[in-house]
Amino acid sequence: MRRIFPYALGALVFAIASACGGGPQVAPQPNADSIAAAEAARRRADSLAAAQRMRDSLERVRAAEEERVRRMREDSVAMARRATEEVRATLMTRIHFDFDKSDIRPGDAQVLDQKLAILQANPNLRIEIVGHCDERGSDEYNLALGNRRALAAKQYLVSRGIAADRITTRSMGEEQPLAMGSTEEAWAQNRRDEFAIVSGGDVLRRPGM
Amino acid sequence: MKRLRLGCVCGLLVSLWSRPGAAQDTTRTLEQGVRVGITYTPGLRPGLLVMSTPGSVLLDSVRTILQRDLDYSDRFEMISLPGAESLMVAMTAPARSPSGGAAAVEGFVNYGLFEALGADYAVGIRAAADTPAVVTVFDVRGRQVRRVIALRAQSVEGPESRLAIHRASDEVVRAAAGTPGIAATRLVIIQQDRVFRIDADGADAVPVSRAGVKAMSPTWAPDGRRVAYMEFEAGAGRVYVQDIASGERRLVPPTAQGLNYALAFSPDGQTLAFTRNGDDGAHLFTYNLARDCCLQRLTADRFSDNLSPTFSPDGRRIAFASTRPGTPQIYVMSADGTGQELFAPFDYGVTGSSYAPEWSPDGLNIAFHRDVAGIPQVFVMDVASRRVRQLTSAGRNEDPTWAPDGRHLAFVSTRTGSRQVWIIDLDTGRVRQLTRLGDARLPAWSPRIAEGTNP
Repeated sequence: MRRIFPYALGALVFAIASACGGGPQVAPQPNADSIAAAEAARRRADSLAAAQRMRDSLERVRAAEEERVRRMREDSVAMARRATEEVRATLMTRIHFDFDKSDIRPGDAQVLDQKLAILQANPNLRIEIVGHCDERGSDEYNLALGNRRALAAKQYLVSRGIAADRITTRSMGEEQPLAMGSTEEAWAQNRRDEFAIVSGGDVLRRPGM
Repeated sequence: MKRLRLGCVCGLLVSLWSRPGAAQDTTRTLEQGVRVGITYTPGLRPGLLVMSTPGSVLLDSVRTILQRDLDYSDRFEMISLPGAESLMVAMTAPARSPSGGAAAVEGFVNYGLFEALGADYAVGIRAAADTPAVVTVFDVRGRQVRRVIALRAQSVEGPESRLAIHRASDEVVRAAAGTPGIAATRLVIIQQDRVFRIDADGADAVPVSRAGVKAMSPTWAPDGRRVAYMEFEAGAGRVYVQDIASGERRLVPPTAQGLNYALAFSPDGQTLAFTRNGDDGAHLFTYNLARDCCLQRLTADRFSDNLSPTFSPDGRRIAFASTRPGTPQIYVMSADGTGQELFAPFDYGVTGSSYAPEWSPDGLNIAFHRDVAGIPQVFVMDVASRRVRQLTSAGRNEDPTWAPDGRHLAFVSTRTGSRQVWIIDLDTGRVRQLTRLGDARLPAWSPRIAEGTNP
């Protein structure tokens, strides 16, 4: 093993010598100074980029946070708005009556119970109930009947604890039909109470919240 | 055999149905104790002929209005002759007569011809120096002049010209039938949500209330100068009293709030009765317009509606509709609100809802409308006997209002489709259509209109 080593070393030296011999094959020798300069530039650039990255990421975090806050705010506004709209829609749901009657129908008692809960959850809310009739019956009698229908709904709510001064009533008789025509279908639609917000309805809370 | 009999019945029905005018509203029988329809024997009315007025456009237009008024009075068998033949019964122009004046006119009247045509009375119209026209009523059988009536309008073109001709018509009726006609009257109606006034012959619809504001419940003051009506305004139904001539109107103060409707003047014109919606239903109130004070509540029952007041002509009683028995029925009380009682008899569960009573000008009858199988029909109750009879049966018929003669009623009917105002003569059963435009309702008939009050 020891004997072989000197030959191998000699062959290696030869090989290096022959490899460096050819002019065009000679690789340019790097300048020690330029290497240092490039290294410095690279480090500078790296640190600048790092700083930028840092700034960017901070910016992203900030923006994300802002976005999050904004979204939250929007969400809560939207939620409140959605809640208000939903509550308002429930509040506006009409109730209907049998011909020449002002009794609250069993199904409509549930509709009124929803309104009752809304009035309880929103103590500043004041509403108006407008009673309407179909075209049958005397025109003037229907002004009285519409009044009865509005009063029936008011009475339902007042008897369950809503202050009477929060609810005003009005009658339009047969003067504002929803559906035109002289069919039982049109008449049934027109025999109704409509509910409107008088005040305190800009933001409405859902009952139980 | 059976088929043949059926055919006969159908033919009979058709022939009944196609009888003009009266037959349509006189065919149904309903509940016990209610007399249905009008019993009328034709041919008992005096014949009347209006002579033609050749050569004068002005007199011919006077004649057209006069003849229609006399026809609408329903007191005469109108004798009309077509075109050329009518010239035979023209009155000779007085200008051709040697001496002039009524006496001369009389001299030219061919009583024999008129009598042969079936006329008991003949009416002539001629020009005169100091008035637009002179109307002469001839008593054909008595062979003499019954009345000479000068048209008092300054010009037949003027704003009161039609009323002037109507007044002459009413005088002709008075001369021939003993009581004046109702041509010089007007009705207020709601047409397309606005108060209009219209002549009793259906001409000259003029708006009374504001455009674009929904109005209801028009009614005349007994002086024929003012009307009261309700307007929907600021969530309320406010009552205004308006002078027809000046157009000026005044809010009835207690009606600034709430819904106030179904109005009635007392016969002295000083008090307005009205219906007001409250938290305990609809109730009757009176307000003294003359002293501008003294709102008084007349009904108090908590669980019923009380509406549509109407004064007896002596001003001592008020009839109204009340839901006390469950469905609205006709009630009566003293004008101060005491002594409230059921007025028109009814059978619980049988008699339909009854609405909108109106006391006749002679105090003898109450007109109202009542649901018959769910369809409103016009009824009249004899106050003394409290017997009720049904006047209409074709279509929906409601809100009757009396003419000052106490024998004609205007009412709203859908018999030809849309809601229009029609007039029925209670003596003959004859029915005519008053309005033909849009949607008309809630008519109120004026008293006879005095000169210079209703331009």
